[in-house]
Amino acid sequence: MSHSMLLVFEVTILVLAIFLGFEVISKVPTLLHTPLMSGTNAIHGIVVAGAMIVLASGHKGPFVWVIGFLAVVLGSANVVGGFVVTDRMLQMFRKREPAKPPAAAEDGKGDS
Amino acid sequence: MSAKVADLLYLIPIVTFIVALRFLSNPAHARKGNQIGAAGMLVAIAVTWIRAGAGSWWALVIAMVIGGGFGAVAARKVRMTAMPQMVALFNGVGGGAAALIALAELHRVLPESGRPHIDVLVAIALSGLIGAISFAGSMIAFAKLQELIGGRPITYPGQNVGNIVLLVALVVFAITLSAGVQDQWLLWVVVIGGAAFGILFVLPIGGADMPVVISLLNAFTGLAVAIGGFELENNVLIVAGMLVGASGTLLTMLMGKAMNRSIGNLLFGAFGKVTAEAAAVASGDGGTVRSASAEDVAVMLAYAQKVVFVPGYGLAVAQAQHDVRQLADLLESKGVEVSYAIHPVAGRMPGHMNVLLAEANVPYPQLKEMDEANPEFTRTDVAVVVGANDVVNPDARANQGSPIYGMPILNVDDAQAVVVLKRSMNPGFAGIENPLFYNPKTVMLFGDAKESITKLVADVKNL
Repeated sequence: MSHSMLLVFEVTILVLAIFLGFEVISKVPTLLHTPLMSGTNAIHGIVVAGAMIVLASGHKGPFVWVIGFLAVVLGSANVVGGFVVTDRMLQMFRKREPAKPPAAAEDGKGDS
Repeated sequence: MSAKVADLLYLIPIVTFIVALRFLSNPAHARKGNQIGAAGMLVAIAVTWIRAGAGSWWALVIAMVIGGGFGAVAARKVRMTAMPQMVALFNGVGGGAAALIALAELHRVLPESGRPHIDVLVAIALSGLIGAISFAGSMIAFAKLQELIGGRPITYPGQNVGNIVLLVALVVFAITLSAGVQDQWLLWVVVIGGAAFGILFVLPIGGADMPVVISLLNAFTGLAVAIGGFELENNVLIVAGMLVGASGTLLTMLMGKAMNRSIGNLLFGAFGKVTAEAAAVASGDGGTVRSASAEDVAVMLAYAQKVVFVPGYGLAVAQAQHDVRQLADLLESKGVEVSYAIHPVAGRMPGHMNVLLAEANVPYPQLKEMDEANPEFTRTDVAVVVGANDVVNPDARANQGSPIYGMPILNVDDAQAVVVLKRSMNPGFAGIENPLFYNPKTVMLFGDAKESITKLVADVKNL
């Protein structure tokens, strides 16, 4: 495939992704906007794939190697941190906690 | 692995990312979606690993362990109140990685025989610029939210003009780089200048406007990653980056709407400064404020049919989420219908308040968004405002002179009675007078939010 054909395909994909993104994300309730942000954060962690490609071509010189190494460090932090924190958040959203004795267990401070 | 096979396999992460976002439409299966997305990410990493060849695989492993380890520990330890700075941080590192990739790619393509394709150069210049802005801007946002530097807006004369001139200069450099002069130092100028712009751009923004900044930076990083996909001819980067770009853009627009600010005003207006002179244009000339004791309020709550809590960021600052939930449980056990009305900008990032309440074990069906909550207030007996101010200010509806006029608010004054928990009569963060406090329906319960709620719990129990 010629370079310009490839470019046309890539731009097409880009534009379709924009519309798809708007479509999918507009269905996310405001309730979950914070997990949405941290989840999309994790998704842009895909930059680590690019960083890996750079580091793999590190034999082309120490500059590329160092930059690639740094980029992989940053990208991995992005991926792992993003998914872990989103998971932590989402597990907190429950309909009803399992039945437990009413708050009477605690000692009331201050009398009326 | 050939490029074709790799591209085909990259469809797996693309699909899982879309599924992950799709599953976020419902809290019941959102978590599963996130796990599917994580699995897709593993596939993407494995495919890249095999395809790129494991030339210096030990370096890859070391880099991943350092980065991943840091990410995992940070994500495990972070408190839910600190979520905005965590998201800012991960935004920043993603943007930084994109900028670094641009630098490395330019270094790689320049010495190659023949002129590099112009689109590759444009992509390199753009992702270097946007990635650097995102990185530096996010770090400043992080520092502000973490209170390493003051959260108050930092301003200086000629700020907007200076920022615009800098941005234009950077774009000129980027065009020069793409169009002909292929010199690596040009990209360094673009990247370092971009970082400077990111710093200058976020510094003037106050803490209360952070939801917008974080959404915007999220969009920037997504965009930088997508453009990085053009440099590396990698579809998964393009799609994933652009999904994030769309998400960040949408959230930025929603936040702008919730604060009644246009995107233009948000980008280069007096961002984050609902200014002091505006405070002078308060509507009410006062009137009297009724203050109540915790016992009085306890009676009101216990004998109500329907109580709506309206939490603001002050609730999180006082760390009173658990106490509120305890009070709500107690009221429910007495047969009171309880729900929470959440304004879109309550908290320091979109949806932040929901997470804080979910952490306190509030069942999510009780968390009502603004459009759902507002019609309910007319049949609400008591609305309890905890640590919120501007988002319940009726001036936003009625007083054209008010700086927040036009901002959508929670209509708590439609309720039969309003209880405002507040430390004192000092105006809130933005310094705007609030006539709600002088409304005859309103009673004030002064004191620290956490202490007041603890007292209310005890008093309701004793009834």
